[in-house]
Amino acid sequence: MSFDITKSSIPKIAVTLREKKVSSKELTEAYLKRIKTYSRLNSYITVMENEALKQAELFDKQGYKNSDSILKGIPVSLKDIFMLKGFKTTCASKMLSNHVSVYDATVTERLKNNGAVILGKNNMDEFAMGSSNEHSFYGPVLNPWNEKMVSGGSSGGSAVAVSAGLSLISYGTDTGGSVRLPASYTGICALKPTYGRVSRYGVVAFSSSLDQPGPMARNIEDLAIAYDAVAGRDVKDSTTSKTSFESVYAYLEKNIFGKQDAYSGKCIGIPKDLLKEGVSPDVLKSFEETVLELKKAGFTFKDIKLPNAKYALDVYYIINPGEASSNLARYDGIRYGYRASDFDDLKGLYKKSRTEGFGDEVKRRIALGTFVLSAGYYDAYFAKAAKVRRLIRLDFENAYKECDLVLVPTAPTTAFKIGEKTSDPLTMYLSDIFTVPVNLAGIPSLAFPVSVSSDGLPVGMQLLGKHFDEKTLFEVASVMQHKRPDWFNRVSVE
Amino acid sequence: MKYQVVIGLEIHAQLLTNSKMFCSCSSKFGDAPNTNICPVCTAQPGTLPVLNSRAVELAIKTALALNCKINRESIFARKNYFYPDLPKGYQISQYDRPLAEKGWVEICSKEGESKKIGITRVHLEEDAGKNTHNEVGSYVDLNRAGAPLVEIVSEPDMSSPQEAVSYFKKLKLLLECLETCACNMEEGNLRCDANISLMPVGSKTFGTKVEIKNLNSFRFLEKAISYEVQRQTDVLNAGGTIEQETRLFDSSNDVTKSMRKKEQANDYKYFPEPDLMPLLADDDLLRKIKDSIPELPDAKKHRMMTQYLIGAYDAEVLSSNTMLASYYESVVLRTGEPKLSSNWIQTEVMRVLNEKKIEISDFCISSDSLAELIKMVKNGLINQNTAKEVFNDMLGSSKSAKEIVAEKGLSQIQDESAIEKIVTEVIEVSAEQIKQYKEGKTNVMGYLVGVVMKKSKGKANPSVVNALLKKKLG
Repeated sequence: MSFDITKSSIPKIAVTLREKKVSSKELTEAYLKRIKTYSRLNSYITVMENEALKQAELFDKQGYKNSDSILKGIPVSLKDIFMLKGFKTTCASKMLSNHVSVYDATVTERLKNNGAVILGKNNMDEFAMGSSNEHSFYGPVLNPWNEKMVSGGSSGGSAVAVSAGLSLISYGTDTGGSVRLPASYTGICALKPTYGRVSRYGVVAFSSSLDQPGPMARNIEDLAIAYDAVAGRDVKDSTTSKTSFESVYAYLEKNIFGKQDAYSGKCIGIPKDLLKEGVSPDVLKSFEETVLELKKAGFTFKDIKLPNAKYALDVYYIINPGEASSNLARYDGIRYGYRASDFDDLKGLYKKSRTEGFGDEVKRRIALGTFVLSAGYYDAYFAKAAKVRRLIRLDFENAYKECDLVLVPTAPTTAFKIGEKTSDPLTMYLSDIFTVPVNLAGIPSLAFPVSVSSDGLPVGMQLLGKHFDEKTLFEVASVMQHKRPDWFNRVSVE
Repeated sequence: MKYQVVIGLEIHAQLLTNSKMFCSCSSKFGDAPNTNICPVCTAQPGTLPVLNSRAVELAIKTALALNCKINRESIFARKNYFYPDLPKGYQISQYDRPLAEKGWVEICSKEGESKKIGITRVHLEEDAGKNTHNEVGSYVDLNRAGAPLVEIVSEPDMSSPQEAVSYFKKLKLLLECLETCACNMEEGNLRCDANISLMPVGSKTFGTKVEIKNLNSFRFLEKAISYEVQRQTDVLNAGGTIEQETRLFDSSNDVTKSMRKKEQANDYKYFPEPDLMPLLADDDLLRKIKDSIPELPDAKKHRMMTQYLIGAYDAEVLSSNTMLASYYESVVLRTGEPKLSSNWIQTEVMRVLNEKKIEISDFCISSDSLAELIKMVKNGLINQNTAKEVFNDMLGSSKSAKEIVAEKGLSQIQDESAIEKIVTEVIEVSAEQIKQYKEGKTNVMGYLVGVVMKKSKGKANPSVVNALLKKKLG
């Protein structure tokens, strides 16, 4: 091969494929080889070696035209939460460890239509519940920057696959930070699209009003391409927006790339109150450095207030378990999934199958969710949380009257040690303090890597935007990438 | 102590759509188990509901006919409980913001008095599947899972089993007329639950209510309520208290039996369904649906009374069944005889329907054929008795009235000279009766007419016979 696959971006590879300097089969083989070499990172649950090679060969045979999708022949991976017909979708749970998908998720279908080569399915927190990817039936995902550290969750396998060069791009899901937090811990980019921008059809449901699939990549070009491929209205998901979607990558190519020096005029809001407590000095330092870079690039800054954001975690840990407890009721051992081997009666079948099939964090959320929805508690918890959620959304709407977007760190700290917080769920939940308000408000957020901290671990920042204004986030992030190319395109292992 | 009976009904009607409420599977009844299923209605992980807009239209049509206020924005909610026939572990229904509220229907008592029964709410929800059990094991059939239902909840406005039945009948009639439900109770696409309580006469506070589930025939509904009223009366008179519970009707013994007590009741943990957007009903949609509502039974009844000058009772009977009403109207259209047609249908036709236990749609004599027969009576071609004979012949053959009359030579003798000949003969041999007649016993006239008719083998036109006899006897 004529170039280093771990350092190349999709547009460059697409050109190389069209010039026939490399084949999709060669690319796929190279990635499969790396996946094997770094299998200890535990980032894949299923590697689809034969299928991927078969697809790659087929695309090579067809050849690559300029009219073909830029993703044709490009190796990608999917969090093991997306249905992929004929292959297992386990959601990293014993409950679904034997579950073979009977249909394709819309994200999967769109990737297939684009000609992407699917390498496999990535490890994750069980049913996407977790911030560290330690709650997986298949074991924790290791952080390639320091293998004693967590990868972040719940899309930890996807983040590590992209960060360690085990796939070019990957798709995760983000309910309270699940693509952004692991992206931050592993030094890559991730997008949590506006709620309703990407179809949830075929994504195992966790918290339906918060879940949103999102792409992960090592640079802004790849992230935009990955987003374009899956975004837009899907009739199978009634919550997807009917507003038309236009290619972000095409827009950036036409208006931004190569013209970043001329870009300015946006006002960035900073919610100072939110940054007062619990943020590590390393992260604060990186935050200030990022602000400085953006100022140099011509952006103006403004203090904003998000008075209700401090309630975000409380609200989140009511709405999320409430919806989850209902979404996970279908795993009853009757039609598919794990069924206990011996039971006395119907109730026993339910009880044993669920007791044995679900892990601790899942059970915790089901118990919590069942409680907050119960008659007599609903008004005090779920209904009230829904009201505060509206206030948080309103906070952002008000803030956007004064600024175009908002900058906050993605996580209050860098990656923590494996096992450090598993016995203390409340501390673990605090990792999501900067990501959760975004999901509650339904707004988009783009997470990008900045300088590595003093402990040698990556730090990430996120840009929060207005509903359906992903474009502005991409614009600003590509200016950032232009100013600090050293922050992007890093591969964590050789 | 005298008690006042308080009854409210919850009626579930399966909407007459081709496909299920949230997926494109067929909602047909009677197919082999688990053949009309897909990832969505079997609740495969990751699937999402997509609302069937036809179901929404039919539900709105139903609610409008029930004089309800349609909520411009209604919300779907999840009703959570575990049961093998409920694949998602929750039923998508509507809870605190239903499709429609505050309506009414009018029922008519035996005594002809009308009463308004309030409708509390009308909402959309999906059906569950069906569990069956045998010696070998238990089975789940998900063909019905996700079928679109409309639930119609009444106010506790009924005060007797008969009122409850006439309300249920009225709803069935409306749904049939609207063509929003097939209303086939054996197939389970129209089902009824009853809430019953007693309170001392004059009291303003309702007693504790008992719910009886799955009363799927008018007879069961009447029997179950009657039994339950007696049971509750006995409990109260013995100094006991009524427990809030759900009971089932045992149709082989005509009794109700406790199914579960209040404390065993499910906590359904309702919350807004996050997978569906609020259901919006705008002016255009409502106008479009309103325009599609056909003439409803009450309006039909009043129109028939004024248009055809038939009595309230006749109009009530004829409008109580959409098919019957249109049969009647098409007979009238061809005969121009509203009263005569009404009589024929209510006596002869209904007699046959009742005997054969069939619907008018399965009746072998078409409205055209009946009209032909009635016209022959009207035009004096045959008399009423002959017509009944012809009618009976028509039941057993595919021949028309005209054909039968021609074949049997039944057509009435219209020729006065022919009839006069018979009349003269009869007068000649009836000296005794004529003497009596002349002495003032005018009722012998009937006897004389009968003799003439007999001699003419029933073919003489009776009014002509009558007139000739009167003329001859001065």
